[in-house]
Amino acid sequence: MANTYTLIASNTLSSSAASVTFSAIPNTFTDLVLKMSTRDTATTVIDRATRISFNSAGGTPYSQTELQGDGASATSQRVSFQATNIEFGRSTAASATSNTFANIELYIPNYAGSTNKPFSSFSVAETNGTTARIRAVALLFSNTNVISSLTLTADTAFIADSSFFLYGIKNS
Amino acid sequence: MEKVIIDCSTGEQTVVPLTDEEIAELEAAAAKAEADRKAAEKEAADKAAARAAILAKLGLTEDEAKVLLS
Repeated sequence: MANTYTLIASNTLSSSAASVTFSAIPNTFTDLVLKMSTRDTATTVIDRATRISFNSAGGTPYSQTELQGDGASATSQRVSFQATNIEFGRSTAASATSNTFANIELYIPNYAGSTNKPFSSFSVAETNGTTARIRAVALLFSNTNVISSLTLTADTAFIADSSFFLYGIKNS
Repeated sequence: MEKVIIDCSTGEQTVVPLTDEEIAELEAAAAKAEADRKAAEKEAADKAAARAAILAKLGLTEDEAKVLLS
């Protein structure tokens, strides 16, 4: 059970940005938690994909299994062995209610270990409408290196006031 | 288009313009992600339509089919 919860770094965007990278992450914690409040500049849709990558890793190290519902339908899908980065949540986008942001939490256990890295995310792309997407995703980063950097990439760009908080958790 | 880099060891935050290669990667990843999502949603919709058609042929409601299969 975690008994510490330390803010490592945070950022609230002052202008739009295509991606946000946390580099030089200390390896002194047990787990990482990332909390995000994001909105994408993409037009004509109520939400858009938000993706993650670690350590600028090459190859095809990313896989995910997701469950998704929006109040009208439910789906699931599996994506295996993807290169570059992988979708882990949806950010609210331009067709959603003004000034609403998605809530996303990402949990990365044992990020400093020497095994492959399973992790998970939970996201809600908010809007005041009849449908809004909620997603739970189990992900895998098939790489045994310590995670020392992570990059969050918008589909188009994160708007100003999107915020990102990276926490470290220790189990002792 | 720009990217933000936060150095967790110093707290320093820098804003860097994307290279042409990074812009191309961003666009390609976005296109693939949306194509994958549309394919998954179409598959789910096709399955639901096929199920509804079968139930209509049998003259059963969704709840009646669940009772039969439980």
